[in-house]
Amino acid sequence: MSDFPIPVKPKSRLRIALDSDLFYTFRRSPVAMVSAAVVLVLVLSAIFAPLIAPTNPFNPASLNLMNGFTPPMTPNAFTGESFFMGTDDQGRDVFSTILYGMRISLFVGVAAVFFAMVLGITLGLISGYVGGWTETIIMRTADVQLTFPSILVAMLIFGIAKGVTPVEYRDQMAIWVLILAIGLSDWVQFARVVRGATLVEKNKEYVQAARLIGRTPGAIMLRHILPNVLSPVLVIATISLALAIIAEATLSFLGVGAPPTQPSLGTLIRIGQGFLFSGEWWILLFPAITLLALALSVNLLGDWLRDALNPRLR
Amino acid sequence: MADPVLSIRDLSVEIPTRHGIVRPVDGVSYDIQAGEILGIVGESGAGKSMAGNAVIGLLNPPAHISKGEIWLNGQRIDHLKGDAMRRLRGKEIGMVFQDPLTSLNPLLRIGDQLIETMLTHLPISRTEAEKRAVAALEEVGIPGAAARVNSYPHEFSGGMRQRVVIALALCAEPSLVIADEPTTALDVSVQAQIIALLRRLCRDRGTAVMLITHDMGVIAEATDRVAVMYAGRLAELGPVRDVLTHPQHPYTHGLMASTPLASQGKSRLHQIPGAMPRLDAVPDGCAFNPRCPHATDKCRQAPVPRVSNGQAACWYPLVDEKVI
Amino acid sequence: MLAYTIRRVGQSALVLLIVGLVAFAMFRFVGDPIDNMLGQERTAEDIERLRAQLGLDQPFVVQYYKFLEGAVQGNFGVSYRQGRPVAEILLERAPATLELAAVSGILAILFGIALGVFTAIRRDGVLANAIMSVSLIGVSLPTFLIGILLIYLFSVELGWLPSFGRGETVDLGGWSTGFLTESGLKALILPSITLGLYQMTLIMRLVRSEMLEVLRQDYIRFARARGLRDRAVNFRHALKNTMVPVITVIGLQLGAIIAFAIITETVFQWPGVGLLFINAIQFVDIPVMAAYLMLISVMFVGINLLVDILYFFIDPRLRAERSGGH
Repeated sequence: MSDFPIPVKPKSRLRIALDSDLFYTFRRSPVAMVSAAVVLVLVLSAIFAPLIAPTNPFNPASLNLMNGFTPPMTPNAFTGESFFMGTDDQGRDVFSTILYGMRISLFVGVAAVFFAMVLGITLGLISGYVGGWTETIIMRTADVQLTFPSILVAMLIFGIAKGVTPVEYRDQMAIWVLILAIGLSDWVQFARVVRGATLVEKNKEYVQAARLIGRTPGAIMLRHILPNVLSPVLVIATISLALAIIAEATLSFLGVGAPPTQPSLGTLIRIGQGFLFSGEWWILLFPAITLLALALSVNLLGDWLRDALNPRLR
Repeated sequence: MADPVLSIRDLSVEIPTRHGIVRPVDGVSYDIQAGEILGIVGESGAGKSMAGNAVIGLLNPPAHISKGEIWLNGQRIDHLKGDAMRRLRGKEIGMVFQDPLTSLNPLLRIGDQLIETMLTHLPISRTEAEKRAVAALEEVGIPGAAARVNSYPHEFSGGMRQRVVIALALCAEPSLVIADEPTTALDVSVQAQIIALLRRLCRDRGTAVMLITHDMGVIAEATDRVAVMYAGRLAELGPVRDVLTHPQHPYTHGLMASTPLASQGKSRLHQIPGAMPRLDAVPDGCAFNPRCPHATDKCRQAPVPRVSNGQAACWYPLVDEKVI
Repeated sequence: MLAYTIRRVGQSALVLLIVGLVAFAMFRFVGDPIDNMLGQERTAEDIERLRAQLGLDQPFVVQYYKFLEGAVQGNFGVSYRQGRPVAEILLERAPATLELAAVSGILAILFGIALGVFTAIRRDGVLANAIMSVSLIGVSLPTFLIGILLIYLFSVELGWLPSFGRGETVDLGGWSTGFLTESGLKALILPSITLGLYQMTLIMRLVRSEMLEVLRQDYIRFARARGLRDRAVNFRHALKNTMVPVITVIGLQLGAIIAFAIITETVFQWPGVGLLFINAIQFVDIPVMAAYLMLISVMFVGINLLVDILYFFIDPRLRAERSGGH
């Protein structure tokens, strides 16, 4: 309605050069800064888990069954040992299991998103650039897959992959199967965005020129088209990471993900749920809070990134 | 003279922004008599629409009336809130928007939109409203009105839709109609028909009309009096013949000289140097002074006199200067 | 309209054929059905006989056709784990899931639309902003954590509601319902909230953003300028236009509810098809997985088809375009 110009405050050239928008908007968004800090702390403590964790919960030698069910910050009745977040039924330090669990959760999440991203970008570039039947098949598959919730697709893929894996390798392979399942359930978004951008870019003069001077299609796609789609891909990747972390936790919680020998946060919550009724709340609560903090902050960061990089995406 | 239907006294509208308060309408006063068509003319951003929105109580927050009074049929309405103001809208004040393609709800039959409006304001039965809906469509010149009441908006052309919009604005027989650029979005061939229709309907019913436009052709063709706005202020107000042929304000003069209609025969159109100031940077004194060929120090310092009918807001009004 | 419907039905059938192919491929190639059905002690004749019996010696296309033929007749083979026909197991379990999904779906749609409209109309209100902030957390909160939280609060701490199972059920000609007993209804409360909450949040946020978009439209301003009552502007004019894009998503969400029921059923040990599916994955019970996939695809495709046809009754523009255009 307002048919008069909104005044805009001019920025100095130095300012524009310095903040190139992204860092500037980042510093002006308290939510983004807090989320980034939380993510940073969690990621670093996951990476350096072996250094930070008081015990290695997966080294049987360091465990003492007598320490089982020690409440947080209270000395154990038998051994007198005290644990920051208490211990579980086997006397494992909950704090340590969370650090190691977060490693698995983050590894699966990042690897799955990376896999989905590579797959989606490749298929998107190919279908956009080549067109024809290739495009029809790829994009129809994407449409059909999109009809189903990705968590269901991931479960199915997990089930199939598990069926194909010989029984004796199943536990060992579970993490990789999980990455495959979540990754395969999540490539569609990437492919759609990349295909759309490719369709736009491929008819621009510089691409035509590159084709004329004899660049191969592969080189054109990688060198000329790909850089143009990086910012929407980055946004989708961040939001996908939050979804992948939640998906991994959900699958592991349901018992169709990370095995008890390599527990992720979801597995820990699955284990902790069993002790809810008997009053050992800490075995459940701390992994749950960690998962929530991780998922929420990555989500908020993704939301902010979407608004900052590309207000029109979505 | 009888009491005016609409009387605006020293009206100001303010919008607080991050960079201070801007005043898209600044101390504007005018009256409209029953059966009279007052044209409001000016460039985009001059505050024409904002004044109309203020009258009908549809300013988008944070825009608000900061000063002045609005009187409708002897009742003061600028301070009315909520339901009291709503009862006036449609009933006492009708409004016609610019784009007929977007003004009608695409999911409702036009008959239902008419009936709904009438039942909201008039003490009549549904059957009576249905009858009147057909009559209203006939009156605005929709062929086969009895059948077309059941049509959806997308089944009409742009010009026909604007006729429907006018029928909707007039169906509860308001005493004032605000038409905000009613022909801007239409084909040139249809514009004249719509203006003629609006004119005829309002003459017949004695409705007062505030016709907001930037089109001097529409002003010349349809209005009785004209108010020229510049940077939120009234530059000149007077009978349309006088303003068009003997503008007193240098801005009006420039406007006339730059309009193809008024400067027929001249090989080149006149241009006013510069541009209208942004609303957060209106100069002291007369808002037009940086662009005015006659400006003096007085114009740059002292606030210009407010205008009443037949006057220009200018220290040195042009006398008998013909445009052509 | 007819041509359009036929084309949509054709597309749906194609999707089902593809899903059927996936299901069949799982059935045929994941693990060895013979391995799974015969124990360790088997003879070469046993294997041959079973191969012939299962039709595994026939060409791929013939096998696929037979699989589809069986599926259409409700024959999905025998569960490896339970040794009973899959169709029988599914039928037994279906009422539990459908009742849970129905209650959650109704909750999600009713509250989702109501809250979405509320937060759109009162966009600057304190309560509306609070609801929006909470909903952002809701989107990041995994469903199973919501379930656990509710169990902890209402079962463990307060002891008001059961934490698992369906309670008592009444058998109505093969349909076991939990609606008719007090314990059945009580048992429904926590699972249906858990299942519906996420969908409700999504519907609410979507309704809000679509409605804000609609409220900015000229025809809404014109409706206000005609002095229509707020109620008429918001509900008759704005809500109806809001629903056009929202309906598709609600349709998809209804399908998603059935899929997400897997999670809720696991948390609450709800004896539905979702729990069955999870157990099937854990034990690589391929026939059950394949049948579940087929079943849920039919539901999804059916809902999508229904939504598309529903559009004709809402949007007159589509009616004109599609019946005239094709």
